[in-house]
Amino acid sequence: MNYESVLKDILNEDERFVVMTAENRAALRTLPAQFDSRFIDVGIAEQTLVGMSVGLALRGRIPVVHALAAFLTMRAFEFIRTDIGISGLPVKLVGSVPGFLSEANGPTHQALEDIALMRGIPAMNIFCPADYEDMLIGLRTVLYDKAPFYIRFNALAPVVPHDRDFAVGKAEIIAEGPDATIITYGSLLREAYGAIDILEENDIDAGLINLRTVKPFDEEAVLAAAENSRFLVVLEDHFVTGGLFSAIAELFVRRHLPYRVLPIALENRWFKPALLDDVLAYEGFNAQQIAEKIMEELDA
Amino acid sequence: MLDMIRKSELLDVCALEVRARKVREHILRLTATGGCFIGAAYSCADLVVYLYSRFLNVDKWSLDNASRDYLFLSKGHAVPALYGTLAECGILEADRLADHLTTRDDLYWHPNSAIPGIEFHSGSLGHMVSVAAGVALDCKMKETSNKVVVITGDGELNEGSMWEAMLVAAAYKLDNLIIIVDRNRLQANCATEDLIPLEPLEQKFLSFGHAVRTIDGHNFSDMDEVFHTVPFEPGRPNIVIADTVRGKGLADIENRADRWFCSFSPDEVEGLLKRLGENSSTHGDAIDEL
Repeated sequence: MNYESVLKDILNEDERFVVMTAENRAALRTLPAQFDSRFIDVGIAEQTLVGMSVGLALRGRIPVVHALAAFLTMRAFEFIRTDIGISGLPVKLVGSVPGFLSEANGPTHQALEDIALMRGIPAMNIFCPADYEDMLIGLRTVLYDKAPFYIRFNALAPVVPHDRDFAVGKAEIIAEGPDATIITYGSLLREAYGAIDILEENDIDAGLINLRTVKPFDEEAVLAAAENSRFLVVLEDHFVTGGLFSAIAELFVRRHLPYRVLPIALENRWFKPALLDDVLAYEGFNAQQIAEKIMEELDA
Repeated sequence: MLDMIRKSELLDVCALEVRARKVREHILRLTATGGCFIGAAYSCADLVVYLYSRFLNVDKWSLDNASRDYLFLSKGHAVPALYGTLAECGILEADRLADHLTTRDDLYWHPNSAIPGIEFHSGSLGHMVSVAAGVALDCKMKETSNKVVVITGDGELNEGSMWEAMLVAAAYKLDNLIIIVDRNRLQANCATEDLIPLEPLEQKFLSFGHAVRTIDGHNFSDMDEVFHTVPFEPGRPNIVIADTVRGKGLADIENRADRWFCSFSPDEVEGLLKRLGENSSTHGDAIDEL
């Protein structure tokens, strides 16, 4: 099973689905020939991509819309906000190479504010799978959900076996621990998982939560972790402004909860472009560095 | 026999003119409850009246019918033309117009789909060609014969998304898509040609692979002649450049950059209602005293 085969199955079983792209075919190599008119490539035109997807959705279609995360969420932002957001039509936006996954492309291609932007649209939901397997587990539920979704596409190999029981708004609890709990989404799960291993070697018992959907997010799981750990670590390949750290801060302030939270995110800057592992090390996001930051916080 | 046909055509044009007059009256009354974009609405009022009366296969019984024709008002601020026409066609209850700009209803300065007959919200310029292209593409995929009409402003052609969507519409051979450019030659504050010149406009559309016709946007016979030849050329999206006058029908505001949006008192509206359709030379400057 792969991303394309899931899409193929859905296209075959349900006439409502169409697959669209702004000439971003990396994940869709074999679909065009097989689905002809239900594969719609508008060329390098993200605004028209989103506008047309809405027209198709008005006619009862469920468009699965592909473009680079940065251009989809930012070039076409006002189309997403105005045409999808206000109508609430079930368009599924799939953003490729989000966060650190844009690797060596440079800041033009870095989607580090996509969660902030999509989170700010009332109707929009957000699915950030931790890796390829996690994405395939949740994909069908998300595509058939009645709400519009933004999906951070993620083709990384899994480092943990995932819970096959997927629900929107339900986190996957990978580990529980009283010392600290890392809450993350998307591709940084791999590093977080490595970090809790390193912490364990240092007799630190840390928890780890894979949020899966960032909006809605599993408030219960977050609150339970905050209650049962000395502090939370919010780890995200996103600007520290407007993403998950902000969402959790909003939750705690709204409920008058004085929990301690350490954000590990990009502080008001784009990252140094390079291949992924190099980026992680340079920016301080690899497993070892995350573990060290948590140990420093424990000592503080 | 020929005489009879001519007579019926005459009668029909007459009926359209009567309806257009009523629509302009509705619009004028809407200016009294906080104002509206009357200039933009009068510019395309005749087009909207014609489309709902003679062209679009849609009425109050077929608003959800999958085979209906679609109209998207991309220059959303001209929505009073739509409110008035939908009321005259019996799609929107006319007494709802009294609640314009109040929270009791959903009749505000831009269109929204809570109003029967309005397919989709608009107001942000440059959106509806792509949305309509999506609808038109679905109709093509399902091999249905729906017509999909978009009314755009000419100032709106400043938006890059318009041209992007037109390129894609041509690529997908959407000859069921009809884009009407309300060419009144004025945008919000000034003449289109003084700000970002659009001419030669027809050639631009032709070079994008569209089929283009130019009409007098206030002449029903002209409209009838052209719209019934859609698709103009098989495989090409249809563009209708409708030469219009902003504020058409109320001489006091015709062709004036400063009369895009007007707010009048109820008394002023009563006075202006009497002047609807009068020749421009008699009252040209009277409104400046208002």
